[in-house]
Amino acid sequence: MANVSLRRVEKFYDGGVVAVRGIDLEIEDEEFVVLVGPSGCGKSTTLRMVAGLEDISRGEISIGNEVVNDVPPRDRDIAMVFQNYALYPHMSVFDNMAFGLKLRKFSRDEIKRRVDKAAKMLDIVQLLDRKPKALSGGQRQRVAMGRAIVRDPKVFLFDEPLSNLDAKLRVQMRTEIKAVHQAVRTTTIYVTHDQVEAMTLADRVVVMHDGRIEQVGPPQELYHRPLTRFVAGFIGSPGMNFIPARLANGGDTLNLVVSDNLSLPVPPSRTAAYAAFKDRQVLLGLRPEHLTEARANTRPGMAPLAAIVDVTEPMGMETLVHFHLGGTKLCARCDPTITSGPGDLMQMSADLNHMHLIEPESGRVIAASG
Amino acid sequence: MSATLSHASLAAQRRWAMWGSYAALGVFVLMFLVPPFYTIITSLKSSAEISAQIGSPWLVHHPTLDNFVSLITSATFRTFFLNTIMITAAVVVVTMVISILAAFSLARLKFRGSETLATGVFLTYLIPASLLFIPLFQIIGALGLINNVWSLALIYPTLSVPFCTWIMIGYFGSIPKELDEAALIDGAGYLTILVRIFIPVAMPGIIAAMIFAFTVSWGQFLYPMAYLYTTNQMVLTVGIISDLIRGDVFQWGKIMAACVLAAAPPVLIYAFLMDYYISGLTAGATKG
Repeated sequence: MANVSLRRVEKFYDGGVVAVRGIDLEIEDEEFVVLVGPSGCGKSTTLRMVAGLEDISRGEISIGNEVVNDVPPRDRDIAMVFQNYALYPHMSVFDNMAFGLKLRKFSRDEIKRRVDKAAKMLDIVQLLDRKPKALSGGQRQRVAMGRAIVRDPKVFLFDEPLSNLDAKLRVQMRTEIKAVHQAVRTTTIYVTHDQVEAMTLADRVVVMHDGRIEQVGPPQELYHRPLTRFVAGFIGSPGMNFIPARLANGGDTLNLVVSDNLSLPVPPSRTAAYAAFKDRQVLLGLRPEHLTEARANTRPGMAPLAAIVDVTEPMGMETLVHFHLGGTKLCARCDPTITSGPGDLMQMSADLNHMHLIEPESGRVIAASG
Repeated sequence: MSATLSHASLAAQRRWAMWGSYAALGVFVLMFLVPPFYTIITSLKSSAEISAQIGSPWLVHHPTLDNFVSLITSATFRTFFLNTIMITAAVVVVTMVISILAAFSLARLKFRGSETLATGVFLTYLIPASLLFIPLFQIIGALGLINNVWSLALIYPTLSVPFCTWIMIGYFGSIPKELDEAALIDGAGYLTILVRIFIPVAMPGIIAAMIFAFTVSWGQFLYPMAYLYTTNQMVLTVGIISDLIRGDVFQWGKIMAACVLAAAPPVLIYAFLMDYYISGLTAGATKG
């Protein structure tokens, strides 16, 4: 087990395509770090550079305090799980898991001991004699994980391992990956474009965008205290609502003027922090759970607003209500018992105690305190 | 109502298309099966029956295996057969070693100019043998291998390697890149990846390429005709013609029996390995 360091790591290809634009990241021993971002953000390229499958154009990567820029993949003591499993189709499950150990000249007894132990952990003992084509997607992914576990490497690398599975199996395998990490405590770098996977698995999430790291932090921190509009919009499902507004003086307090007939008061606890942005255009960021149907007992910071419902999506434990405010599409997370339908006027409530204020030009979230 | 009508006309169209296909296939099969049928029929006739020209030439009145027995017991014919087997085995081995190594490097070890080189390899396949045999004659002559059956083991790979390399590039290219990456991380070098992953996974493609190399070597006529002239160095294709046609005397029964015997190995190989051959060729063909 080992820590992993990326220092000013860049990746560019012939023809001027830049995939990774100088990233710095320190991953602690035993930590589970998830790189998340949209397609083309450089997350997989970063992982492949750690694996040694891509050359590093500039910068330095070290594993266990040893710089590995010029170390071939087989000597980095890493194991990788691929999106399409990458099982050797002509070998049995046992041979797939044992292949790396055989190449490293482990004794037959040791190979058997390790494969049996991993197979028990992953509940695939009964599959050891089968070929990959006789396995389901979930079983194949377990075997791919088993192949990584038996090696007992310094670092596990996962490259979108659940993308090929159906939704139900994905949730199940997600839990299993977390359970495996809790059992073996190996430093893990996991790449996904699915922010739910990132949130549920990670000790720390690294949000990447356009070859750069946007923000690094524990899942809850990224969710509640995003630093940029990109992170605010990417983390959370459904995504955060962004409402263009102007910050105006309203006597003792500040108001967010959304339109001529809608003005939302900024909670007193935030006025000092936002005072410098008075009379400027800003973006109000509100998560769907902070935009709900109007309730009888309101508390300070709750602002009423009326909306014509466009679409409702009953989810069982909640109902998502989509509506327009000016030209902006918004989504509210409402009680499943609401009866409003498309075209109905609905009284809503915005909980501004959880608002985020964003500078439109820079995309930076304005710090709410101090 | 109209839906029912269009459904009926669709079924009729399908039926006509099917009959049309069968008719075309029938003509095709007739064209290709008549010559081998006639060969087999004639091989079972005695010289007397052939020369008598009585009755239908498509029937055997007094079947005999004399032609086959005579050939099998002939030391000359056995030499032709043995020479052909030796050369074919050597050509298949040489071709596969070169093609697999070349295809692996061109498909996986991307280096500057690898794609141009891959296209170049295929283009050499398009040069007809009739253009090559004179310069190759010079080379073989310089090596002192004229009238030496082993010269064919040097020449035939110039025909078989380009196409087999092309088939293998397509097949190797269809193997997911993650497979070699997983093996690299598992601790394998490129040679280990080739031997322990690619060759077993690409076996259908390899068998298809082997069949092609076998066919090229077994059926080649021009080069042995040009380079070999003594009986002890001769191979089947030319040996049958030169040994069984003396002046204007054609030993038709033996010629046909020799053709049947010479065709038997390729037919058997195709019959047993047809599935591999088709899947090997199509994997190459669908490579994007």
